[in-house]
Amino acid sequence: MPVPDTVPTNNHEEDDEDIDYTEIEERYQLDMLSGLDNILVVDNVPIVNADRRQKLIERLRQAFAKAGAPLSGKQREDESYDDMEMPWDNEADSNKGFLFLTYPSAAEATAALRNLDQTLFGKNRLHVNKFGDIERYASLPIEEGSTPRGWVEDSEIEPQEHLKSWLADPQGRDQYLTYRGESVDLNWIGRGGSSEPAVQAEPRWGELYVSWSPQGTYLTTLHRIGVALWSGKSFKNTVSHRFTHPGVKLFDFSPCEQYLVTWSPDSIVPKPPKDENAPQDPRQFGPEDEGNQIAVWEIKTGLLLRTFPGEKPVQPAPVPAGTKPEDMPAPRKLSWPLLRWSPDDKYVARCHLGTQISVYELPSMGLLEKKSIKIDGVLDFEWCPDRELGASKENMFAYWTPEAANQPARVTLMAIPSRNVLRSKNLFNVNDCKLHWQDQGTYLCVKVDRVKSKRSTFSNFELFRVKEKNYPVETIELKETCTQFAWEPSGNRFAAITCADPNPAHMAPGVVLKTAIAFYYLDPKKGDFKLMRELENKTANTLAWAPKGRFIALATCGSAVKYDIEFWDLDFTIDDTINKRDAADPGSNMQLLSTGEHFGMTDVAWDPSGRYLASSASAFRQSPETGYSIWDFKGQDLQKQPLDKFKQFVWRPRPATMLPKEDQKRVRKNLREFSKLFDEEDAAEESNVSADLLAHRKRLIDEWNAWRSKRVKELVAERKKAGEDQVESKVEDEGLETVEEVVEDILEETEEVVA
Amino acid sequence: MTVETDPSSRQDSLQASRGFLADHLQLNLHTATGHERSLTQIMYNKEGDLLFTASKDHVINAWFSTNGERLGTYNGHNGTIWTIACDSQTKLLVSGSADNQMRLWDIASGKCLKMWEFPTAIKRVAWSDDDKRILCLTEQRSGYQGAIRVFGINREGDCSKQDSEPLVYFSPIGSKATVAAFAPLGREIITGHESGKVALFDAETGEEIEINEKAHLGQVTDLQLSPDGTYFVTSSKDQTAKLHDSKNLQVIKTFTSETPLNSACITPAKPYVIVGGGQDARSVTTTSARSGKFETRFYHRVFEEEVGRVRGHFGPINTIAVHPSGKAFASGGEDGYVRVHWFDESYFRARPYGDLEPED
Repeated sequence: MPVPDTVPTNNHEEDDEDIDYTEIEERYQLDMLSGLDNILVVDNVPIVNADRRQKLIERLRQAFAKAGAPLSGKQREDESYDDMEMPWDNEADSNKGFLFLTYPSAAEATAALRNLDQTLFGKNRLHVNKFGDIERYASLPIEEGSTPRGWVEDSEIEPQEHLKSWLADPQGRDQYLTYRGESVDLNWIGRGGSSEPAVQAEPRWGELYVSWSPQGTYLTTLHRIGVALWSGKSFKNTVSHRFTHPGVKLFDFSPCEQYLVTWSPDSIVPKPPKDENAPQDPRQFGPEDEGNQIAVWEIKTGLLLRTFPGEKPVQPAPVPAGTKPEDMPAPRKLSWPLLRWSPDDKYVARCHLGTQISVYELPSMGLLEKKSIKIDGVLDFEWCPDRELGASKENMFAYWTPEAANQPARVTLMAIPSRNVLRSKNLFNVNDCKLHWQDQGTYLCVKVDRVKSKRSTFSNFELFRVKEKNYPVETIELKETCTQFAWEPSGNRFAAITCADPNPAHMAPGVVLKTAIAFYYLDPKKGDFKLMRELENKTANTLAWAPKGRFIALATCGSAVKYDIEFWDLDFTIDDTINKRDAADPGSNMQLLSTGEHFGMTDVAWDPSGRYLASSASAFRQSPETGYSIWDFKGQDLQKQPLDKFKQFVWRPRPATMLPKEDQKRVRKNLREFSKLFDEEDAAEESNVSADLLAHRKRLIDEWNAWRSKRVKELVAERKKAGEDQVESKVEDEGLETVEEVVEDILEETEEVVA
Repeated sequence: MTVETDPSSRQDSLQASRGFLADHLQLNLHTATGHERSLTQIMYNKEGDLLFTASKDHVINAWFSTNGERLGTYNGHNGTIWTIACDSQTKLLVSGSADNQMRLWDIASGKCLKMWEFPTAIKRVAWSDDDKRILCLTEQRSGYQGAIRVFGINREGDCSKQDSEPLVYFSPIGSKATVAAFAPLGREIITGHESGKVALFDAETGEEIEINEKAHLGQVTDLQLSPDGTYFVTSSKDQTAKLHDSKNLQVIKTFTSETPLNSACITPAKPYVIVGGGQDARSVTTTSARSGKFETRFYHRVFEEEVGRVRGHFGPINTIAVHPSGKAFASGGEDGYVRVHWFDESYFRARPYGDLEPED
């Protein structure tokens, strides 16, 4: 029996290499994660050098404790802590920007994660993760052509719709929303007031109220459970654009559309999280928001930034002896918006009646310099709306305080963030003040209602010229009360409705007051404001300046007896050059263009380009005949739509022009050439339309004539057949018959006895 | 007297068409105030010098249409007079009333020549072209079917000898008839119904010849023929007025307004249709005259566009009649007034659509 010479030993070696250890490896793999459940990694920690290392550590521990995740470790001899590791980069002599925290248990670590993640440390937003998670996600297998488990399979980036696409309309048309019954429609307005639907309307829009963001980017709809924003060409609503705030009644945007403020009269009741250990959803109210009424949201991310309590009811002032309670002024309430934004979205401020103004910085929503501005008695404030602040210039707001013991009433301009008082003016016998900024922040008018005698008041205008050195102030004293005030947009004129009735506030609603309307302008020579023209006995209660100035509509809204709109041009000239304004008497160029009527109207609004004016009668305001009308700036009516259950008409706003100043100048200079192009387009369209229309009418006439002649022939034939004499069916004109009528009026009858 | 242009007329109409009434039509107005209650039907005689008016106050009046002077009154009915019709010779007048009587009057003397009595009220009477027959539409009520009867009229002598029995008697089935008229040559009868139906019946057999079930979506309130009878206009509570072909009942044109319509007529000489109406009398008190829409409206009968409005009544307009030569029109209202408007020169000169005018 042959014996094999050699044992094939290398077979064994091969076998050895072929042995599959993976099973064993898997079984005995050291679980990297077990036992490390209680460790957190904190990222985005400020980088400091060795000198400040200890200070940073102490600060961080304080911050963690304050945020509700205190560390309880012991201090080692080298002053470091046994539960906080800060890796050090010896070469750079600084920390590496992250640190490890060890908590006694996994549960505590989870709680700490919830409290610490996304909190602010100074200016750094801390990103906190579980140590185990980092390890797990870092070792996720990623191969070509496959995505790790849990990833969205089809992660191809969807191109987002352009948020400002409507501005690219080749004809430069504007859009408007109408809300009627339950349905909301979005339309383009074209040449001559013709309308065209802009988008398939979403049925969910018409729940409570619709609006636009201030620059027109977002269509905003109010729902019982919150506010939704719709954007892009097809008006999509993404999850991050749903702001859940049950019972929300009011909302307000920041001027640059970065933030949204919502208010509900109901106090916030946070939903208890389903899972105790789940991190708090940053888009939902948490336990710390309980009882608040105002919420501030970041629009792009949909994150809830901060909530505030509602307005506290003001304690009514004690009634002085000898006055009846009804003589006391009603307790003051701030009007919405309660939170008011600086024009650049950097600050938001809130007035606490009688005590202070609190200014918060964005995006942290932290109190500016950690303290409010204490102003005794402050009743109202308004930010200067100037958007084009220079690098050195600060934001500013104006506020006023009423008279107090030994102290006159006062209007003050304050710069933010420096809190420097720029200008203040003392006022006497003040009943009330209203702050009106011109839209570019060039002028501020403080309309002061002053007390003359017990029951009569009169108004003063305190006009601040904000762009001039030392903020000069000028006073215009009226004999009557001013009920409405409006600056010309981008201009230096204003209109005011004055009323001789001493107590306009006490009139019953719906009663039309006898009023006059005064126009003032800034005299370019002397540099002060002068009366331009006063329209006496002119009844109106609404001043609507065209968005680019020059034109103004005077309307009487909400009245059952008077419902007209007057369209005025303040610079009316026969030729087209505005430069030829009559400088000596600017009031002489004012011209009434036309007068229109809209029965039952409750609102008037110009479109953002100033081409059209819409007057609407809303069921929200109990109009007797709801609907809307569209007029051109000259007062020619283009559309009249009496619609049952009509609620809202809202023009879509436009952002400020993005054309550089030089281009604007160029366009203005060569306006004739540019307008030629549009004229041609208009003419082409018009001739198209009228040619179509004429052809259509011609066809109608031909059809009619053909049908008539056929029927007439048939009739004649039938009559003949019936043997009837040719009864002339046409009535002969027997010539005009003159009917003379003698009318005798007895003017006087006297009887005399003839002697 | 104010004449209002129509601000809501369609934008695409030529600028000139808007407001042409205001620019070109000055109306002389006579307001006849002989009635104490609302008007039900008014009618010109063939020459257009007389205007007959029927009212809820139980009397018929005859007026000189030129100056509004009252010629006389026809007394005898004891209920609302729903309908009147004058023959083409201005000799005989027939009237139908809520007292279930139909009467024949001698126009000149005011004498009642004949009285017929039926189980229900008479809602419509009409003459045939040849003045030899009248039709009478009675209301469907309290167990009695609505019926159409045709009577022959004996024009001999003083016309007092009339047959009491109808030549033809039939009851249209289905929705009850509200208005009726003889088709040209008098062989057929056209009816308008409560459901909005328009139908054509044989005037001798009562057989239904043609039917248009969905001519209107609401009650047909008036039916008036064109001068030669080849087409007719109906008004309806569905806020529209329509032109129909008398032969096949096809709808040729539709005129849309904003208010329920009570009457419509076709203007000779100019290619228009005049309609009138207004909110129901019972809801009028709750709205202002302004929102009641009590204007008479003019539509171009080929282009279906509104060309003008005439204001005046302060209640709904119940009936409109046009002068046979197209020189004037009259409207009778719920307010008890008849307003007679004479068109002036410029109305006939005006061509709001330029050269585009139908031949007739």
